[in-house]
Amino acid sequence: MSTIVRSEPNLIARGSGRAYGDSAINPSATVETRHLNRMIRFDPSSGQLVAEAGVQLGDIISAFLPHGWFPLVTPGTRFVSLGGAIAADVHGKNHHNDGSFRNCVDWIDLMRQDGTIKRCSLDEDAELFDYTLGGMGLTGVIVRAAIRLRPVETAWIRQTTISTDNLANCMQVIEGAQNATYSVAWIDCLGQAANLGRALVMLGEHAEVSDLPLDMKAAPLQIKPKKMRSVPVYLPALTLNRYSLSAFNSLYYWIGSRKRGDRIVDWKSYFYPLDSIAGWNKIYGRKGFVQFQCVLPLESSESGLTALLAEIASAGTGSFLSVLKRFGKQSGAFSFPMEGYTLALDFPVNAKVFALLDRLDRITIEHGGRFYLAKDSRMRSETLHASDERIGDFQTMRESREFTAHFRSAQSERLEL
Amino acid sequence: MIKESVLILAARSDIGKAVAHEFASLGHPVQLAARNIETLEVDMSDISLRYSVPVTLHEFDALETETHASFVDALPELPEIAICAVGLMEPQDRTQEDIGAFTRVMRSNFEGPANIMAELANRFETRGSGTLVGISSVAGERGRASNYSYGSAKAGFTAFLSGLRNRMAKRGVHVVTVLPGFVETRMTEGMDLPARLTAQPSEVASGIARAVEKKRNVVYIRPIWRVIMFIIRSIPEFIFKKMSI
Ligand SMILES: Cc1cc2nc3c(=O)[nH]c(=O)nc-3n(C[C@H](O)[C@H](O)[C@H](O)COP(=O)(O)OP(=O)(O)OC[C@H]3O[C@@H](n4cnc5c(N)ncnc54)[C@H](O)[C@@H]3O)c2cc1C
Repeated sequence: MSTIVRSEPNLIARGSGRAYGDSAINPSATVETRHLNRMIRFDPSSGQLVAEAGVQLGDIISAFLPHGWFPLVTPGTRFVSLGGAIAADVHGKNHHNDGSFRNCVDWIDLMRQDGTIKRCSLDEDAELFDYTLGGMGLTGVIVRAAIRLRPVETAWIRQTTISTDNLANCMQVIEGAQNATYSVAWIDCLGQAANLGRALVMLGEHAEVSDLPLDMKAAPLQIKPKKMRSVPVYLPALTLNRYSLSAFNSLYYWIGSRKRGDRIVDWKSYFYPLDSIAGWNKIYGRKGFVQFQCVLPLESSESGLTALLAEIASAGTGSFLSVLKRFGKQSGAFSFPMEGYTLALDFPVNAKVFALLDRLDRITIEHGGRFYLAKDSRMRSETLHASDERIGDFQTMRESREFTAHFRSAQSERLEL
Repeated sequence: MIKESVLILAARSDIGKAVAHEFASLGHPVQLAARNIETLEVDMSDISLRYSVPVTLHEFDALETETHASFVDALPELPEIAICAVGLMEPQDRTQEDIGAFTRVMRSNFEGPANIMAELANRFETRGSGTLVGISSVAGERGRASNYSYGSAKAGFTAFLSGLRNRMAKRGVHVVTVLPGFVETRMTEGMDLPARLTAQPSEVASGIARAVEKKRNVVYIRPIWRVIMFIIRSIPEFIFKKMSI
């Protein structure tokens, strides 16, 4: 690998390819890190795991959950690599308490453009460490990292579902649940007028042994393997229209609200609902779909979200998955999260969707928000530059260390990063 | 319950590694054997962290046949299952021009693997139990102009395993011959392989685990190979010699 890094004029690292756009693609050279997938050391007294960058979060869970350890932060799919989680500085449903992935990273080993490996941490080259966490692979290739896992008593989550009728109500519930370890809201984004922003808020806690029913207490860290369901074929585009989407959203809301209250659910269904459906993206038909994720500062969250949801509802192209989360404090020089609300949406590709997304971009900027690069595949460079005043510093750092010529992705070129 | 320990010869090869992961994931302790074994230290920690099984490393060179007996003696315990993934492919034309390359291919695919299997077989026989798995090749089923040096060495190994199975059948020792067909590994890197006929190392590994459990004799990893090789073996020689396949 060091030979490739040294000899290619420019390149980008690729983890598991779970970013939604072109962040891990470079037409001249893309470095596969999938084969760097070994776990090196685990210290049960601190929960620190040293592993190569291509190890997937799911592998870490399989190896360590039976011993009572779980990642401190996890995105909505377990098929991401350690390198990808660090490079995007991913967030989970617990950002309001635990921050982003960086909060569990003790150090990283980074391969630089000359092929040599440098260890970075808060104590060693803190600047490079800071920018690499969230730097989308544009500062080098992460080859190894030390992360800390959190101790858990069981493999189960105590989930509380609360249904809310509109956005204000939903935000109120989320604000009131700041002590919950995990919180996330599923928005029915076709709800209009009085129902705009109606949502199911799902709170979660790692269950303790005493929370479990008797038959599960004996082996609290084991769950029975579930069969993978899969979407066998691309659904014809016809099945996706404003009526089916609206039906889906209403149905989802309805089913969810019948499950109101407390339940014990297994970790896979709580954290990774999509992972259990292999090829879920085929739901969107052959043309696929695009993601959109922004974060709005706390002060303007309610007005911004109202404007975004109103725009989507009136466009009627809808989104299967609309996820709202509350972020805690901003940390990191270039990481996506800032204190406020983040909305993630995905839209089937069709004639109207790109114009809609441009309008959503504008609304986000007008409300002081910014965009998640891991979910972007179509933004314009001006949009990014108008949304984030930290871009200049990021570019200066890249230039001063001569990364700009070397580490580039299709995305970084499109966005002039 | 502690499961039987598994010895993997040529543990650095892609198939060897996949086999190590497969058996460790089923709860077997594994002994990894290869040349320059210290380079497998990271794999050792990886496998033991992932599956919580004991993993040990053992220096082993298939070509140094005179060391094979002491290699087996030095193992912490005589394994219950031994899997030999040793093999080497050189381009056919190279083995035609360079006697060194030819000898290496013969020794790496026949002499070395057969010798270590024989060494283990004698001890398994004394103990009265065990399973030996030899990874041979469909290339050994009929010599073809494009690959007959490698193919003939594998043919020798296949015949060896068949004879060993015959001898051991009454001794409580089982012998499995694995014929993987094309596998996507470093050995085949850069070759243009037909996707339907090409297995992943992990597929070979789970096929081997199943074959050991079910006491199969000769296994093709993808069933289609059984049909293909039946046809290739059935072509009369006077036609076959004019063909280029
Ligand atoms: C179903 C689904 C749900 C998701 N939910 C969330 C969520 O809740 N929260 C969230 O934050 N994200 C979420 N994501 C996005 C995902 O977590 C990120 O895109 C993550 O970066 C993907 O990791 P990867 O290993 O697949 O990386 P890739 O997609 O391969 O790469 C992503 C970026 O990381 C860089 N990178 C990868 N490996 C390395 C390395 N070794 N060294 C340097 N740079 C590297 C790449 O260059 C690229 O810029 C979700 C994605 C999916 C598909």
